Formats: sequence, C-alpha cells, structure tokens
Amino acid sequence: MTEDNASTGGETGGETGETRRVRVVLVDDHRMFRTGVQAEIGETARTGVEVVGEAADVDQAVTVITATRPEVVLLDVHLPGGGGVEVLRRCAPLMAAAEHQVRFLALSVSDAAEDVIGVIRGGARGYVTKTITGTDLVDSVFRVQDGDAVFSPRLAGFVLDAFASTDAPPVDEDLDRLTQREREVLRLIARGYAYKEIAKQLFISVKTVESHVSAVLRKLQLSNRHELTRWATARRLV
Amino acid sequence: MPAAAVPRTPHAQSSADATDTPPRKLYRSADGRMLGGVARGLAGHLGLPVLWVRLAFLGTFMFGDGLGMLLYAAFWVFVPLGVGGLTGHRSFFETLADGSRRLRKPDRGQITALIALFIGAGIFISKLQAGDQKADRYIWPTLLVGAGVVLVWRQADNARRAHWTSAAGRQGQLLQMARALAGVVLVGVGLTVFIVVRGSAAQLGNVLTATLAVLVGIALLAGPWLIRMTQDLSEERLMRIRAQERAEVAAHVHDSVLHTLTLIQRNAEDVGEVRRLARAQERELRNWLYKPEGTGKDEAEEPDTLAEAVKKTAADVEDHHGVPIEVVVVGDCPLDEKLAAQVQAAREAMVNAAKYGGEGGPVQVYAEVEGQTVFVSVRDRGPGFDIDAVPDDRMGVRESIIGRMQRNGGTARLRSAPDGGTEVELEMERAARPE
Repeated sequence: MTEDNASTGGETGGETGETRRVRVVLVDDHRMFRTGVQAEIGETARTGVEVVGEAADVDQAVTVITATRPEVVLLDVHLPGGGGVEVLRRCAPLMAAAEHQVRFLALSVSDAAEDVIGVIRGGARGYVTKTITGTDLVDSVFRVQDGDAVFSPRLAGFVLDAFASTDAPPVDEDLDRLTQREREVLRLIARGYAYKEIAKQLFISVKTVESHVSAVLRKLQLSNRHELTRWATARRLV
Repeated sequence: MPAAAVPRTPHAQSSADATDTPPRKLYRSADGRMLGGVARGLAGHLGLPVLWVRLAFLGTFMFGDGLGMLLYAAFWVFVPLGVGGLTGHRSFFETLADGSRRLRKPDRGQITALIALFIGAGIFISKLQAGDQKADRYIWPTLLVGAGVVLVWRQADNARRAHWTSAAGRQGQLLQMARALAGVVLVGVGLTVFIVVRGSAAQLGNVLTATLAVLVGIALLAGPWLIRMTQDLSEERLMRIRAQERAEVAAHVHDSVLHTLTLIQRNAEDVGEVRRLARAQERELRNWLYKPEGTGKDEAEEPDTLAEAVKKTAADVEDHHGVPIEVVVVGDCPLDEKLAAQVQAAREAMVNAAKYGGEGGPVQVYAEVEGQTVFVSVRDRGPGFDIDAVPDDRMGVRESIIGRMQRNGGTARLRSAPDGGTEVELEMERAARPE
C-alpha cells in the first residue's frame, strides 16, 4: 500500500516519493467520521498526510482553513450552517490565491446529483463518496494537491449523463462538449478503473488521463451553462 | 430620504435580521395599531415611518372622494393580521419599578395621529354641513352603518389574536359580545334610518331598496368572519399536511431503520450479515429519500426501464451475497425483451463477481444507453480466472452469459487477468421501436 502511494506521488508530482507531505483539514459534522478518517489516513509517517485541523460546521471550517492554510480540505457536503457549498463560497479568495492555494476535495455519503454538481460548480477539485478506501483517499488527496481532478465512478456517471443526451448542439457550443477521448476516460472511471489502469488501457500516460479529467471538470464548472441548466431542469434540481 | 433613521417596526426588523427568511409578506400589525393595523403593517412592509402612511391615508380619506376608505377597507379585509409583537401585549397600564401601576403614557406618534384624525374628522363634518340637505340625509345613516361594520370587523381581528395570546378571559368574552352587539345595533339603526328618511314605505322601489340594504348589511357583517375562517382553514390544512409528512417519515424510520438496527445488534458477530443488512438498509433509505415526489415511495414490483432493472438486479445480488455492488447508469430506455435478456446475463455476471471476486472490494456495474446500443459492464477486483481453463461442463459463463447474449443478437466479452480482476462486457442493440 505504501509503495503504491509513493509511486503515485512520484508519478504525479515528479518529486522524491517518500518525503512527499500534504497538510489536510477535515470538515465533517460527525466526530466519529472525522476520527475514522484521521485513523485511516492521518498516520503521517506512513501516508504522508498530516491532518492540521478539523471543523464541524461552516463557520468553524472557514476559521480553521483561513488560520491553517492547508493544501487540501476534505469537505463534507452536508454541514450545519449552509453546507459545503457555503464553505466553498466563503473560501473563494483562498482558492484563487496565487501563492499557497487551498484546494477542496468533496467527501460525502450522498451521491445525489444535486449535491455533486453543487460542490463541483462551487469550485471543489473532486468528489469522492465515503465508501472510498483509505488508500484511494490518500491517493485522491495527493492528486488534488497537484491540481488534478478526482472523480468517483458515480460522479463520472453523472457527468456522462449530463453531456450524453444532447442532440444537435449549436456550433458555438462545440467547445463545451466533451471530446471523444474525455468521454472514453470518463467511461472507464465510471466503470471503476483507477487512473493507472485507464492509462494502460488507452495507451496514454497517467498525466494525460489527469489532464483529460481536469478538462472535464473545467467544462463542468465554468461553461456549458445551456446543457447543465437543461440537465438540472430535467431533474427538477433548479 | 431619511429612511435609515426611521424606527422600523418589529416586522421589518426581524426580517432584516434573519439570514434566509422567505420573501416578506404583508401583514397587518397586531400591536400599536389605531384601527385595523393597515397603516402600521404597510409601513413595516415598505420601511416607511408609520406617521407618513397614516397621513397619506388621511389625505385620501379627505380629498380622494372615499378612495382612501375603500383602499383601507380592502387592505383590512384581505391582508391577514400578523404577529408583529416583539414587545408583547401592550396594556393601557404599565408597571413601575416599585410595583405600582399607572396609566401608560401614550407615545408621541399616537398623539399626533389622534390629533390628525380629529382634524380630519372635523373637516369631514364641516364639509357635510356645507353640503345640501338631500345628501345630508344619506350621509348620517351611512356613517352609522360604517361605524357598526368597523366595530364588528375589529372584533374579528380580536378573535384571531386570541388564538396566539389565549389571554382572553371571561371578561374579554363579555366585552367581545358587547362589541359585536353594538356593531349589529349600529348597522340596524343605520339601515332603519335609511328606510325612514326615504319616506313612506308604501312604494315598491323603496321596499326593494330596503331589502337590498339589509342583504348588503348582512353580507358586510358576515364577510370578515367568512374570510378569516377560510384563511385559518387553509393554514390549518398546511399544518396537517406537514404533520402527515412527519408521521410518514417517523413510520418509515421506525419500520425499516430501527428494525435493521435491531437485527444488526443481534448479528454483531457475523460481519458479512451485518454488512449485508447495513447495505440493504442504506440503499432502501437512500432510495426513499431521493426518489422524486409522486413516483410513489414504495418499491415498484416490476421495473420497466433499463436503469431500474439494472439497479434492482444489483440490489438483489447484493442482498443475497453480501458483497457491495456499486451501480452507475448513464442514460435510460424502456426495457424490451432483448434488454431483459441482457439484464439476466448481467445478473449472472454479478453473481459470479460477488461469489469469486468479492474479496477485492466492491463489484462495479456500469450500464450505458447510447443511441441504439446498450452497454453493460460488470467488474470485480478478485483473483480473476482463465476462461479457457474452465471445464466444459461448467455452464455458468458459457450458457448464462455468452450464450444468452448471442441468442438474443448481442455480444459478450470476458476479460480476466490473474490479480487484475474480471470484467464482463455485454453489448446489445435495442429492438427497433414500433412507431
């Protein structure tokens, strides 16, 4: 397991594997869950993850994140005081900061479409469900630290669904559509492949897989208002 | 505009303080009001000083040929009385520090308003007397009727407020009765005067007029009660719907969640069983919570679309084998015969994955409808196996999955690598829709 993480760190960051460190803040309103995550990934010597703060609600989260300036925030979607979206909104300056950027990874028990899309559009760099294993979570945290996007299979399914049912889009929105390659990558994520396996399957590098996923995230977040609106309306989310 | 310095009514204050209040609704103010609370309510809603609104109304009363009165009356009838009181009930007395009571000093705004009211009334009456005699004869009965109606309508408000304060004692009830009676008497007298001043009652037209007048009078008296009653009724219905919803949630939680928790406690030794129970319960609860309104909260017996069929199949397998199965479905289409066969094949694949590959983590099922093609993949992270090494007499994979797909015009691919898990890919063309 350790080896796996280290190799991931080496591949993605190009750094000297073992010494890689990431500072993380846990935001979740269930103390039990925070304790569990801490136990699973917080063993710094083994995983390289250092939990520097915890928060149980929106106000607390903003305070802790501002004070500790972690690299990655593991953010629950449902929180007292407005939810993860509110935290993202109030931390927007920290996400935009040129120096020492704070990145968010949504970690939720909910895989309802509205929750997922909400936090992604709010600026989270990824979304994983709480069924994720400790190893995968550590892996995801490092990916997010590198600025890459992390999608759970389920989220990939949502995105495919959102972009799939389009018939004859206007020409000027061509830019917003997923490329064939991006669709392939997402489809493999939805089928439960890890990034490394996808790379092997498509004969591309892991780096390329990550850039495809990041491109999807960008499209999902910033553009394609037309399709997303239609999608959301069809599901009565707005 | 001195709006910033304006003493805002409790209503405006409270809605400004709360972070996410629903859009402000116009209420008549229940306290500090002079007549119906219309002016105060409006002032709170618009963020203007009460005095301004009152003066504006007074202006329209005097110079608007009754427009203002009509407007005021309309507000009174249609705008519900709201709870505006942060200050609580105001009595004419106030309790001093030493415990004695004395008459409460009326506040300046009220005095000003009273004076303004008197001046207005004076102007009104002087105008009346300046008018000709004929008009005069109608105006006095009209005023009488008006006073009676006002009395009764305020009464309706008081009855409504008694709901919140429930402080109306026996004495209050007597007072209410007296007021209602006075109102009725006033209206009666006014109507009688109407008829009398019209002269002899022998004429048919007069009788008709009188009847009409009485009918209108009754409508005016009963009106406020009816309106209030319907308003209260709709409010009550809303509360009942909420209560029902809560009861349904409680019942569901009780039936399934508590039941499952008990089972889990009893089976605490058996990890597999506990996991199976928890998964099944999680899925059911999630289904129940996120299912769109109106589709029925209960499980449908037979799914008729592909997405539902795949999910249901996965749930069944999960329940039987205690291995978590993650399902991702993209797109959806109605289930036809060929797709049903595909789902059956997928079921076999899931069972295999759960049986032989369940140790490596959850089984992942992915289904996609793209155009006319339906694709299903079932993937596990188990040890994998060599398809060619499977003896000929084992029919599971060959018949139930590959054979079934081929018989129905689809294809099945198996990919398995030692340590790499197994993946089954099923592809099927949808039947052409008979249109």
